[in-house]
Amino acid sequence: MSAQPSVSSVFVALVRRDMALAWSQGGASLLALGFFLIAVSLFPFGVGPEPQILARIAPGVIWVVALLACVVSLDRLYQADYEDGSLDDLTLSPLGLVGVAGAKVLAHWLSTTLPLAIAAPALAVLLNLPDAGYPVLVASLLIGTPALSLIGSIGASLTVAVRRGGVLMFLLILPLYVPTLIFGVGAVDAAVTMSDPLPHLALLAATTLVATVVGLAASAAALKLAME
Amino acid sequence: MHRFANPAQFNRLADAVMPWAMVATVLLFGAGLYYALAGSPPDYQQGESVRVMYVHVPAAWMGMFVYVVMAVASFAALAWRHPLALLAGKAAAPIGATFTALALITGALWGKPMWGTYWVWDGRLTSVLVQFFLYLGYMALWKSMEDEEKAGNAASILALVGLVNIPIIKFSVDWWSTLHQPASVMRLDGPTIDGAMLVPLFLMAAAYQVYFTVVFIWRMKFEINNRKLSVMRSVDMGH
Amino acid sequence: MIDANLIFDSETRLTGSALGCRRGGRRVFDGLDFEVQAGDFLSLVGKNGSGKSTFLRMIAGFVPKVAGEVIYNQGGKTAAALASEDITLVGHQNGLKPGMSLRNNATFYYRLMTGGVPAPERLQIAADIFALGSLLDEPVQYFSSGQRHRSALMRFPFVARQIWLMDEPTVGLDADNRAALAALIQHHMACGGIVIAATHDPMWVQGNVLNMDQFQPAHGTETDDEGWL
Repeated sequence: MSAQPSVSSVFVALVRRDMALAWSQGGASLLALGFFLIAVSLFPFGVGPEPQILARIAPGVIWVVALLACVVSLDRLYQADYEDGSLDDLTLSPLGLVGVAGAKVLAHWLSTTLPLAIAAPALAVLLNLPDAGYPVLVASLLIGTPALSLIGSIGASLTVAVRRGGVLMFLLILPLYVPTLIFGVGAVDAAVTMSDPLPHLALLAATTLVATVVGLAASAAALKLAME
Repeated sequence: MHRFANPAQFNRLADAVMPWAMVATVLLFGAGLYYALAGSPPDYQQGESVRVMYVHVPAAWMGMFVYVVMAVASFAALAWRHPLALLAGKAAAPIGATFTALALITGALWGKPMWGTYWVWDGRLTSVLVQFFLYLGYMALWKSMEDEEKAGNAASILALVGLVNIPIIKFSVDWWSTLHQPASVMRLDGPTIDGAMLVPLFLMAAAYQVYFTVVFIWRMKFEINNRKLSVMRSVDMGH
Repeated sequence: MIDANLIFDSETRLTGSALGCRRGGRRVFDGLDFEVQAGDFLSLVGKNGSGKSTFLRMIAGFVPKVAGEVIYNQGGKTAAALASEDITLVGHQNGLKPGMSLRNNATFYYRLMTGGVPAPERLQIAADIFALGSLLDEPVQYFSSGQRHRSALMRFPFVARQIWLMDEPTVGLDADNRAALAALIQHHMACGGIVIAATHDPMWVQGNVLNMDQFQPAHGTETDDEGWL
C-alpha cells in the first residue's frame, strides 16, 4: 500500500461523503438554494417593482443573498462531525487537518455554492439585469464563491465547539466577506455600464487565492485547538 | 521566554511602570489638549473644525496599533502556548475597540461640516469599520465558550486572520481615491501638514499611547487576578 | 478471525515518562510513566475525572502534553509521537452518520483510513463479530444505543492497526458481546497488537493496570509559573 495515491483517494472519499450528506434529506444544499430563491424574490416587494431600480440593484442583491445563503449553509460544516465524533476519525486519517478542511470546503462549494451560481441567471431575469451583465455575473460568482466557502470555513471552525454558534459565526465572517462582495459586484456593475470588468475579476481571483491560503491554514489550526 | 513572562514578573514590571505612565498621561493630555484647542492655528480651509483631527487621527492610529499588539500577543499565545500572551490579547481588545469607535465617531462628526455627510462607504471608512467588527468578533469568541483557554485560542486565530485588514486600512486611501484625504503625516517623503499642527498631533498621539499603557496594565492585572480566582475555585471544587 | 496471517511488528514499543497534561484550564495528571509493547494489554483505571480519556487522547495526539516525553519505537524507527496510521481510537462518541447505512458508514471509515475499498466479506466478518451482520444495510438512525456502540467497536477488527485505544468499550455491552470483545482483544494481542483501554469495569483480559489516581496533581503546586491558566 503506497502512501501517495491513498491520500488522494481519501480526499475524494471525504468529498463524496460530504456531498452525499449535503444532498440527502435534511442536508444543507436544498435549503440554501430555497433561501436564495425566496430571499431574492422578496426584493421587488421591498423596493418596488420598477424595472430600472431592480436592474440597478440586481448585481448587489444577487451577490449579497448568495453570500447569506452560503453562510446559512455553512454553520454546521464542521459542527456535525465534531458532535458525533467523526472529526476524531478525520483527524487521524492520512489527510491531515488542512486536507480535511480542503475536502470539506470543496464538497460544500460543489454541493451548495455552485448551484447558487447556476441559479443566479434565472433570478437575474426576475430582476431585469441588463443583457451585458449575465456572463460576468456567472463568471464573478464562479470565481468569487470559493472565497465565500473558504472564509466561511474559518468561522465554522472557530465556532465548532460553541453551542448555537450560528449567530456568532455571522458576526465573525460577514466583515471578512467585504472584499469579495466589493469586487464581485464591481465586476458585474462594470459589465452593465459597458466598462472593463477584467480588473475587478482579477482582484476577485486574488481574493480567492488569499482566502485559500488563509482559510485552510486558519481552519486547520482552529480545528486542532478545538479537538484538545 | 517563560521565565520572563510569568505573572509575578509581569506584576513587578507593571508596578514599576504604572506611576510614571499615569503621570505622563496627565501631562501629555494637558499639553496636547492645550495645543489642540488653543495653541495652534485654525486651518486655512477647514477653520476651527480642524481641531477634531487632534482627537480623530491619533485614535485611528491607536486602533490599528492596538490591533497589531493583539495580533502579536495572539501569535505568541498560539506559538508558545503561553497563557499570559492569551490574556494580553484579551486585555488589549476592548481598548482597541474603543479607540476604533472613537475614530469612527469623531470622523463622522468631522465629515459632516467638511464633506456634508456623516458617512460615506469608501475604502478607508469601510476597512476601519471592518476592524471594529473584528474587535467585536474577537471579544465575542472569548465569551462564547466555558473553557476559557479554548475560547482564547479560537479568538487568537481570528485576530491573526484579521491582520490582513491592517494593510487594507493603511493603503485604502491610496488605492481608492475618495473623500477621505490621503496620508499626510506617515509618508515616505515627509509630512505634508504644517509644523504648527504636527506639535499638538504628536502630543495627543503620545498621550493616547501612554493612556493605552496605563489601561492595558490595569486590565492585565485584572485578568490575571480573575484567572487566579477561577483556578482556586476549581481546585476548591475538588478538581 | 479477519486477517488470519496478520502478525504485527514484535519490536514496537510505546513509552512515556513524567507525562503531564492540562485540559480545560487545569492539570489533569502529572508525573505519569507507562510502557507498552507488542502483545500488551494496558487497562486504565481511576475515578471519574482522573484523566483516562485525556490520556487516550494525548496518546492519539489530540491533546498536547505539557511535561514529559513520549517515545515510540516501531520498525527500527524512533518517533516523538505515535503515528496516526498505527492507531484506531474509539471514544465516547461513535462517529456514525445517522442517515447512512452501517455498510456505508463502515466503508467510508475504511476508505478514510486506508484509501482503499474493503472487500464485502471483510465487512461481513467484522460485523458478525458483534452480531451486526444482519443490520449492515439498515440506516444507523434506527439502531439502539447498544447497537451503535458495537458498530463503533467494529472498527477495531475492520481496519488493521497495531495499537487500539478504547474508551469505556464495555459500557452497554451484554455478556455475549463482552465475551466477543475479550476474544477479539486476546486475538489482537496474540498477533502482536497493543490495546490500551480505559474502563471502570473489572479486568476481563489479563494485562497491566495503570491507576490514574496516583498521578493526580497535588493541590497548591499550580503556582505562578504556568499552571495557573
